[in-house]
This record gives sequence, structure tokens and C-alpha cells, in this order.
Amino acid sequence: MSKKISGSDGIKDFISDSFNNINKGNLEALVVIGIKTRGEFLGKRLVSMIKDKTGKSVHFGTLDITLYRDDFKNNKAWPQLQKTEIPIDIEDKDVLLVDDVINTGRTARAAINSIMDFGRPSSVKLAVLVDRGNRELPIQPDFVGIKIETSKDEIVNVFIHEVDKKEEVEVIKSNGV
Amino acid sequence: MAFNRKNILSLNELTQGEIETILDTAESMKEVSSRDVKKVPALKGITVVNLFLEPSTRTRSSFEIAEKRLSADVLNFSSSQSSIVKGESLVDTAKNLEAMGATIIVIRHSMSGAPFVLAREINSSVINAGDGSHEHPSQALIDLFTIRQIKGGIKGLNVLIVGDILNSRVARSDIFGFLKLGANVRIVGPGSIVPKYFEDLGVQIFYSLEESLVDVDVVIMLRVQAERKSLEFFPSLREYSKFYGLNKDKLKIAKKDVTVMHPGPINRGVELSSEIANDPKSVILDQVSNGIAIRMAMLYLVSTGDKH
Amino acid sequence: MSLLIRNGRVIDPSQNIDKVCDIYIDKGKIDKISKKIKTPSGKNVKEIDAKNMIVCPGFVDVHVHLREPGYEYKETIKTGCMSAAAGGFTSIVCMPNTNPINDNASVTEYILLKARTEGIVNVFPIGAITREEKGEALADIGEMYEAGCVGISDDGVPVTNSNLMRRAMEYVKPFGIPLIIHAEDKYLSSDGVMNEGVVSTKLGLKGIPGASEEVMIARDIILSEITGAHIHICHVSTAGSVRLIRDAKKRGVKITAEAAPHHFTLTDEAVVDYNTNAKMNPPLRTQKDVKAIIKALKDDTIDAIATDHAPHSQDEKNVEFDLAPFGIVGLETALPLSLKLVEGGILSVSDMIKKLTIKPSEIVNIGRGTLKPGAIADVTIFDPEKEHEVCPEKFLSKGTNTPFSGWKLKGVVHKTIVSGKVVYSKN
Repeated sequence: MSKKISGSDGIKDFISDSFNNINKGNLEALVVIGIKTRGEFLGKRLVSMIKDKTGKSVHFGTLDITLYRDDFKNNKAWPQLQKTEIPIDIEDKDVLLVDDVINTGRTARAAINSIMDFGRPSSVKLAVLVDRGNRELPIQPDFVGIKIETSKDEIVNVFIHEVDKKEEVEVIKSNGV
Repeated sequence: MAFNRKNILSLNELTQGEIETILDTAESMKEVSSRDVKKVPALKGITVVNLFLEPSTRTRSSFEIAEKRLSADVLNFSSSQSSIVKGESLVDTAKNLEAMGATIIVIRHSMSGAPFVLAREINSSVINAGDGSHEHPSQALIDLFTIRQIKGGIKGLNVLIVGDILNSRVARSDIFGFLKLGANVRIVGPGSIVPKYFEDLGVQIFYSLEESLVDVDVVIMLRVQAERKSLEFFPSLREYSKFYGLNKDKLKIAKKDVTVMHPGPINRGVELSSEIANDPKSVILDQVSNGIAIRMAMLYLVSTGDKH
Repeated sequence: MSLLIRNGRVIDPSQNIDKVCDIYIDKGKIDKISKKIKTPSGKNVKEIDAKNMIVCPGFVDVHVHLREPGYEYKETIKTGCMSAAAGGFTSIVCMPNTNPINDNASVTEYILLKARTEGIVNVFPIGAITREEKGEALADIGEMYEAGCVGISDDGVPVTNSNLMRRAMEYVKPFGIPLIIHAEDKYLSSDGVMNEGVVSTKLGLKGIPGASEEVMIARDIILSEITGAHIHICHVSTAGSVRLIRDAKKRGVKITAEAAPHHFTLTDEAVVDYNTNAKMNPPLRTQKDVKAIIKALKDDTIDAIATDHAPHSQDEKNVEFDLAPFGIVGLETALPLSLKLVEGGILSVSDMIKKLTIKPSEIVNIGRGTLKPGAIADVTIFDPEKEHEVCPEKFLSKGTNTPFSGWKLKGVVHKTIVSGKVVYSKN
């Protein structure tokens, strides 16, 4: 049983809210890093909004955190590796991580660890489209698009045009399967 | 494409898709090696044993670096220190290593098929790092990876392997790997070390280096293995070099953008003239850095998923 | 005690018998074969119901390794005989490569003594051709003959010196026993471990070319022609060997030959995955060779089926392929594998029995393999249709080294009778 939480409006709002919250004073130091897979495209939208509104091109990179996961010994599925591309030295930069959903916080933890292996940024912030609660680590996002309460056996799906040909956020209740 | 194998024992048993998955994964691993901190926690808490029962510095070092970049705990057993010298059987040694908690065993052995014996007897993953004159999967994967980078693909390439095919494990893995990815494979060498049976596998056999070089995209030079008794099969290194040594003039017969590879260590002046070994067309050193990425990919792929 | 075997399909190729009838065995000898024999009165007669079974002379295997003395951990005369009985064999001919080697009469006598006291089937030893099988000097052939050897062989270590082989042939001829030839040119087989071909090339294993067998057969045929000695070619494995033997027979050379069930059942593909239980010498060959051997069994170029039963311990086999010893056990799978030839329409059941009974008996001249009245009552009763799965753990042999583990095969030995005594019964 699935329930639609938001359509394309929610995603648009998230991008513009994120844009509004960014410190526009030092865009040269900003590096937007999208976490694979959907975070990459959300991040790209943010970067193009910055370009449209300010005329400035900010640095953009992508991060695949598979090699930093702490669950992959129990993971039955085979996690496919994707490319990590961080085009510039992140030393003393302001890194903004972008992801679609935050749940336990373990993905964000892996992403932070991964970023630290590339260098020492002056700050790391986190923007997520959906915060569904259930945190297992003391990690809070800086910008949140949609905040919902979910239980652990529910699944939150984010669909975006670039990957899924539609724009939607839904929650699926697993009926005790 | 999913990788469901617990072991990597030979390229002969891998599918085209599985080989491509390893190569694609190695691309990501190469990126890790380009970072400041060349280390990811993927294999944290996993013990990898390098069971090298035949001397090898290069392959063992490469595996060890790969293991450490993935944060595995590494144990090295070499032939001189292992209890096999004291008469313990391979199976018993492996069972002991497994009891000590080895999740992956990387084995190098002087006899063909030894990794298969291990894989039959233990639950740990087994990676073949070269067995007798059977296969050397990681080396061939490096060759495929390197050539794919340089040429943009493998399909349709004319690949020539030169030298002691009979006794070479690299040759076998290269032949299976390049054939599976759609290349045309030729082999050339003295009649006594180019087994006619390879023809049945779809390989073209030549005895004249000059004839075999026509239209070739990639030349893989095998090492003349003095320790593997190559010299029982032809009269002398001098004669071998005269007929099968590659120099600038002979290389002109091949395609203009030909790539020359050598699994090393090179016997300069025997298989390759120095001018070729130093030529930018040769990718001998590239192969070393790609080696780490390939081995990281192999280690990563056998340890993921529901295999242990 | 007497035995009366009732209602079996009695097949005895030595007398051209194939009919449903009864056999009466008295005092350890065949007394009568006929329909509806009346139970003799006043005698202790045990009746055996053999309905739907085949009753035939006890099988004779001219090629068995009993391992005793010296390698009792692999097999003993006792366990080897039990294994034979379970496979329907009542007479086995054992090879001399024990430790010490059977190259003198005292070893022969030891084997025969052990066989009499502990063995439940008949054991006929083969002596070595050369002392210690070293290929340097002739063994005590005459004394071994007197002690009971029925042939001489350097199985596994062929005599390389052609002149010495010629002498052996000349010397043995007056005794009327054959030279049992393991044909192999050790230079050609080098340190090979399997058939040389596509499979060995793929596996990176050193190959033994078919030529290594054929070259030696050719030599020994020529030597037999100049000496007149009877040569018996063991475990023929290649199409080329078949051709040489067929041609020699045509020309009247005194030559006989055997083939092993694994050589007419499997190809070198069985070695894929480095299965050491598919490692034997001569090695498994190609489909072309298997076809040639089957044809040779059909046209009698190959006279007999022999197992080359070669037990080894599990520890010896559970090693790197190069290190594993050659050989597999065969006594307990020979009948069902041979029956596949019958099922495949290649041999009649009578021809198959001929190659397991009278033919091998004639090769070593031991007077068995027949149900003629007055003959020693060695009899095998088997159910040709009953299916079973090969379970090496259930073998009576100490060896479990078989490539046929898990195979579902037809043909189960019901009872094995030696000198009128039931020595094996399927429970």
C-alpha cells in the first residue's frame, strides 16, 4: 500500500530552500557533492539554480559511498560500485552534501568519512529532500525538504525525472512481509 | 550485472558479463588510488591471507597493496615459512588458515589446479594468483583493463600473443579473456611450445612472427621462463630472440597504433629490444598501477553479497 | 553342502548356453545344468531362487592391484577379495607392484598363502618381468611360475630396454604364460598427468600423448613376432592402439588385449575441475578413442574387460592434481558399467559375459570362467535391471577413489559363489 507524500512541487521547493539557505558570500569556496544515485541529480539542480540566480558556477562532484558502507557483510544484494568524481581539492572548502533521503544516518556517516579521506574541508553541511526519522547516529541534516514520521518497515521512494521519468515521493507500507 | 561468485579461479569459467563487471569495478577502484588517502574501509574486519607457495614479489605486493587499500587485515604466508615445507598438505594448511578466520585466500602455487583443490575443501573465498601453467586471472584482467582503456574496447581487436604459450599461465588467461570479450586471438612461437590444441578454442596459430604481426592491434609478449624449463623446447635464447624477439623493424608490420604489453619482468634483448621496452607504445608500467585496481576489484567482488 | 540355483537365466558363453534353467552344484563343482532339477534327497541342499536374474560363470579380472604386501593402508588381499566378490568377480589376477615387488617365489608364496587364509575369491599372482621392476635384469620368472604366477608384467614401469624385453619374451615362452604389457614410452609421457589434448591444454596440465602407448605396443608387437611370445596388452586406451592390435591379430601375432570400463565410459572431460579421481594411467582419452575401444570390444579386437582396480587412500588423492597417484578402484563398478554396453546395443549380454569370464580366463590360462559340468563352481548371480546409485562409502574395497560416485547405474550382483560356497550375498 503506497501513499504519495509529494509531487514535483516538493522537490522544487527543496532546491530553492536549499539555495536560499546557502551562504552566497563565499560561493567560490562552495563544493556541492551529490551522493549517488539520486543525490547527484538533486545536487546538479541546485548548482544550475545557483548559476541562474547568481551567474556563478560552483564546483560540483559526485560520491559513491558503497566502499564506506558498514552493512555490506550482511547485505544480500550485490552493491554495484559507481564512480566517485570530486574534481577539485576540497581542502578548506565548504562542502554541501546532497542526498534524497536520510533515515538511520549511516549513509551520511559514510559520506562524511569518505569526504574526509579526500582532504580537510573547512565545513561539511548536509541537505536532504526527505527526512524520515529513525536516526541511529547523532547526525542531523542542515536543510530538509520534507519531514515525515515513518516506521522502520516502511519504504520511502523518491522518483526524479533524470532516473525514473517521474517526479514523486511515496511511502510504502510493507504489510508485515 | 551481479557478481555471484565466491571464488575467482580462472577466466575460462567466467562469463563475458562477469569479466566486464570486474573491469567496471576496477574503474572505481582506480579512482580510490588517485586520492590523497588511498584507503577505503570496504574490507574492514575481513582477513585476507596471501598464500604464496611459489616465489613472487610483484604479484604478492600488488595484492597486498590492494588488500590494504580496502582496509583488510593481511596475513602473508610464503613457501619458505609455511608448514607445507614441513610436509603438511595443502588442504590441511588451508583448513588451518580458515580456522584462523581467513575470509579470502589468495593463492599462488606451482601446480595447475591447486586453487581448485582449496575451493573444494574450504568455505573461504579463493582467488587464484597464478597456478602452475594453468591461469593467472588477475594478470589477464589487467591486460584487458589496460587495452580497454587505450583502445576504447576489446571487441574486434587483433591480439597477438608471442612466446612460450605451452608453459604460460598468462597466455591461457589472456586467450580466454580476449576471446570472451570478442577479440581475434593469434599465438606465435616455436612449434614445440605452441600447442596445436589451441586451434580448437578458436585461436589462430602462427610460427612466423612477421606473418603473425600483420594487422595486429595488440602484442602481448610472454616472458621466456628459464625457470619453467623453456629451454628444453628450443635450442637457445639466441635462436629464440632471432626468430621471436620483437624489435622496431618487425613492429612496423603491425598496425600503426599497435600497443605492446609484457607481463614482466622483461628479459631485455630476448623478447623485447630495449628500444621497444622504452617506447611509449609499450604500456608495461601502466600495467603495474592498473594491477592494484584490478586486484581491489577482485577482492571486493568476492567478498560482497551473501557468500560467507 | 550342495547348492541348487533355480529359475535363473543361465548364460555360459563357453558352452553357448543362454536359457532359463537350474544349476546343481555339488562338492564345489558344477554337477548339472538342466531344467527343473529335482532336489536330491538325503543331501543338505541349499536352494537359491534366481528368478529374473542372470546366472553365469564367476567373473575373472586379469588386472587388479591388491597392494599387499607393503601398502595395506590402500588395500589388503582380504579387502581386495571382498571388493571383488561384491563386484561378482570370483578370480582376480594381481599385479606385482607391491612392496616388496613380486619378483621372486617367496613373495608369490606369501601372496598365495594370504589369499588362501584371508581371501574369499581366487587370487592368481603376476610376477615382475625384471628384478624390482627396474628394467635391468630378469626376475626369477621360472621360480615364480612354479610358485603359481600366471603371467609376468612390469605394470606401471614398462621395460624401456628393448633388448631386455626381447630376452624376457624368449625366456618366458617355454613356460606358456603371457607377458602382460603396460605399454608406455616414459619419455613420451614425460611427467604428464592426463591425456594430451584440448582439455589438458585448457587446464594447463602436462599431457600424456596417445603416442606414448602406441609406440610401445608397436615395439612389443614386433618383438612378439620375432620371439613368438604371447603378449597381452593391458588397459588399451587409444584408437591408435586398437588399430595396431587389430592389424597384429589379422597377421596372426599372439596378442590379446583388455580394456577397462572407465576407458570405454569416460573421456578426459572428466578431469575438468582437477578431479583426482579421474586421474589414472593410461589416462582418460577423447570421444574418438572411446568409440574405437567400443568398436574393438564388439569385433573382438579387445578380448576382455579388466578393471585395473587401483585403490589409494583419500589423503593421497585429496591433493594437487600433479601430486595425486594414478589409479581408480573398479571391481565394484565394472558390471554395471559393462552393462551400459549391453543397454547401448553394442554387446549382447552373452558377449559381455564372455569378456568377463572365459576370455580373461583363457588369457592367463587358469581354467575358470565356465560352467561346464566338472568345472570348479565359481558362479555369479546378478540382476541386470536393478538400478542403484554408486556410493563409494559403501564399497568393500578400502579405496573410494572412483569418478563414478553418485552415478545411477543398472546391474546389481545378487550372489557370488566360489568353489560352491556363497562368499557374497546382497542384503
